[in-house]
Amino acid sequence: MEATSTHAIDLTLLESVLVRYYGRSRSALLPLLHEAQAIYGWLPREVQEAVSRTLRVPLADVHGVVEFYAMFYNEPTARRVVRVCEDIACTLRGADAVAQAIEAELGLQPGETSADGRVTYERVPCLGMCEHAPNGLNGTRLAGDLTATAVPDFLAGVHPEPEPKIYGTPLLKLGRIGKMDPLSFKDYLAHDGYVGLRRVMQYTPEQIIQIMESSAILGRGGAMFPIGLKWKFTRGAPGTPAEKHIVANADESEPGTFKDRAILEGDPYSLIEAMSMAAYVVGAENGWIFVRGEYPRAYERLCHAVQRAQEEGYLGRNMLGRQGFHFNIEVRLGAGAYICGEETALFEAIEGKRGFPRIKPPFPTTNGLFQQPTAINNVETLVAALTVARIGVDEWLRFGTDESAGTKWFCLSGHIQRPGLYELPFGVSIRELIQMGGGVRPGKHIQAVLIGGAAGAFIGPEQLDAPLTYEGARQHGFPIGSGVVMVLDETADMRRILYKLSHFFAHESCGKCFPCQIGTQRQMEILQRISHDGGPRPGDRAALMDIGFTMTQTSLCGLGQTAASAIMSAIQLWPELVG
Amino acid sequence: MSDTVTLTINGRSITVPRQTTILDAARQLGIDIPVICYHPHLTANGLCRVCSVEAGGRTQAAACVTACAEGMVVQTDSEPVRYGRRTILEMLAATVNLAEAPEILALIAEYGADAARFPDAVQRESPIHDDNPFYLRDYNQCINCWRCVQVCANDAQFAFALNFDHRGYFTTIGTFMGDGLMDTTCVFCGQCVGVCPTGALKPKRQALLEQGVDPDDIFYQTRQKRKRKP
Ligand SMILES: Cc1cc2nc3c(=O)[nH]c(=O)nc-3n(C[C@H](O)[C@H](O)[C@H](O)COP(=O)(O)O)c2cc1C
Ligand code: SF4
Ligand code: SF4
Ligand code: FES
Ligand code: FES
Repeated sequence: MEATSTHAIDLTLLESVLVRYYGRSRSALLPLLHEAQAIYGWLPREVQEAVSRTLRVPLADVHGVVEFYAMFYNEPTARRVVRVCEDIACTLRGADAVAQAIEAELGLQPGETSADGRVTYERVPCLGMCEHAPNGLNGTRLAGDLTATAVPDFLAGVHPEPEPKIYGTPLLKLGRIGKMDPLSFKDYLAHDGYVGLRRVMQYTPEQIIQIMESSAILGRGGAMFPIGLKWKFTRGAPGTPAEKHIVANADESEPGTFKDRAILEGDPYSLIEAMSMAAYVVGAENGWIFVRGEYPRAYERLCHAVQRAQEEGYLGRNMLGRQGFHFNIEVRLGAGAYICGEETALFEAIEGKRGFPRIKPPFPTTNGLFQQPTAINNVETLVAALTVARIGVDEWLRFGTDESAGTKWFCLSGHIQRPGLYELPFGVSIRELIQMGGGVRPGKHIQAVLIGGAAGAFIGPEQLDAPLTYEGARQHGFPIGSGVVMVLDETADMRRILYKLSHFFAHESCGKCFPCQIGTQRQMEILQRISHDGGPRPGDRAALMDIGFTMTQTSLCGLGQTAASAIMSAIQLWPELVG
Repeated sequence: MSDTVTLTINGRSITVPRQTTILDAARQLGIDIPVICYHPHLTANGLCRVCSVEAGGRTQAAACVTACAEGMVVQTDSEPVRYGRRTILEMLAATVNLAEAPEILALIAEYGADAARFPDAVQRESPIHDDNPFYLRDYNQCINCWRCVQVCANDAQFAFALNFDHRGYFTTIGTFMGDGLMDTTCVFCGQCVGVCPTGALKPKRQALLEQGVDPDDIFYQTRQKRKRKP
């Protein structure tokens, strides 16, 4: 360690980057670390010291940030990192064999860097491409539908890049994807781009809030907060437009979730238009899109789209020709931390800190980014609001049920013939969705379905007729969450799946509060032994239930509060798994 | 909006100024809620959660950081509350060495927590840092209460020598790239040692005395010159 970290680092390479950052504040820390790491592959001591001086952030704090995020390295690491997904959807479809083939080909174990320093290899949590499982990332190049025989192509960077697979009807929100060039602003305009925003700009912000309230759109990021109310609170919070923020939460790291990526990669201008509408309604001049670090293609396309919209006068001062309508967007890249999808942890990340969730209240609508009023929404929520603006609330309300209006994106993955992103009106049953997806392989039957993601719940085959609505979910005791529907046939090793879930949470707990920091670890230790290290022992079930109760009831944020939910649902349905 | 709120705690009514925490309101009634990370002079971050109480929400509420609200009904010692506290203590006891944390040991006894509940648990281990003449850092005894980091930063000293290594369960307190404290911005004010509740931070004299070292030798070992600041 000592020897490598003191060998000569050529700081002149960094100079041209640093000059762009002088005078900026701590909130530029993550972008600067990303740029510096792109040069060296990792963040040597001298580089961190230069970053610390440039942004005037204490050295120990820079260190704490580098240590927090999985994609920042303070040990020698190659510029090219090969990552293979080890999460559940990929495991169900052969990720083990792919990982072994990569390890054999590279001669590396997870976490190792080749002797020539040219490649580092890692196993990572869900990459948000589960419809293509098993998946990997070669540097910034995405790869899906991997097999052991495809590994040489994958490593050579010639394996085809996966495109989102979109099904369902009516495609109110996903209709443009695949039909237009996601890079072309002109093409966006030709496909009804800015129809929605121009239409609602005839109304006052208050009137639009009313429209949104009658559209009954609930937050699609998991917490189900009504969008109309959120915008109203943020609009009403004290502060000038220059002091208010619109944030698009594009962190999408819930295992099994791959819905927002479709928009980010396939229709990025629609997110910009939706955020502009939010800005008009709330009266906010600052926009932020926070994209997870594992979405390099989405990040690139978003940056391009923002720049094009600026050039065309669709972002910036007096935009769309309207005097006094000022709004701009900065795209931010995460660095490998599921917790940064939690809204307050996301703010901390933008502010250049470790992604520790804050205590709520106060809520983001008054004390959000930089402690200023902030409306933060999931990508799908924003696009749903824009859809209402474009087609009108009456048309929107024709779809779905009374309590669950409109359409929802469902991420269908696992043991299913046609995995993909399905846009469907609320009300379709789980069974119907699985049938649309072609069912399980011939001769196989459904063992379990995971609904809502790692933070969701399992159901058994007898519950398949439950409708996918908020009210149905409540009645049947599962969360709609981010719309994950992951199918497991009888070949799935449920104990191994539970261990994988527990591993995910132990890996992603931020470590702030004791019940989750310690509970996710204790939960994983027990499930690891049950799965492949000696089997269950008397007392395991009680221990898991105690840990689960305590994390759920006393953790500081939603991560710990749901880190046991899928596991406890499985123990309740199939007690023999742990005893 | 009135400046006060009225709530009940364990069935007893109390009126307090808005923004008063449940912890402070309970103390006014003479009701004791256990705390580990909370320190009256430092920013409360709601870390340990042993102060959790039932307050009518979907989950329990950490009393040290939750403000009282009008009509709130609080239970500080119900079975679900004790169940959560007991489990947190059992899990914590399997994490680090609490031998020099008398308050936590007392809570373990009070709540009937089984400190040997998780015999196979991986402990959070760390080498002992003996890198300066003033104090030792033994993070095998550290519970991550953040007090030292806070006093070193915005809560008191603004020296910013301490921060964190890793995240999640393996989070430990650390310096820039693991540097010894003499090579950091530490000013050896000793405030971190003063607020540490577990003996993880200990004056070197005390550690040497405990080891039975002769007081004269201790004088020589701890009187080295301080590093000159640039
Ligand atoms: C651990 C955790 C991870 C989360 N991840 C995401 C995420 O990736 N994307 C998202 O939109 N919301 C996520 N959320 C929910 C956000 O905190 C927040 O509720 C959401 O962004 C609000 O937007 P909405 O009202 O449009 O749903 C997460 C919450 C928690 C507790
Ligand atoms: S619940 Fe987990 S993720 Fe959330 S603050 Fe606590 S340790 Fe961090
Ligand atoms: S060293 Fe002491 S004060 Fe610092 S976090 Fe650990 S237990 Fe708390
Ligand atoms: S991409 Fe592998 S599980 Fe989602
Ligand atoms: S004392 Fe309240 S969380 Fe620690």
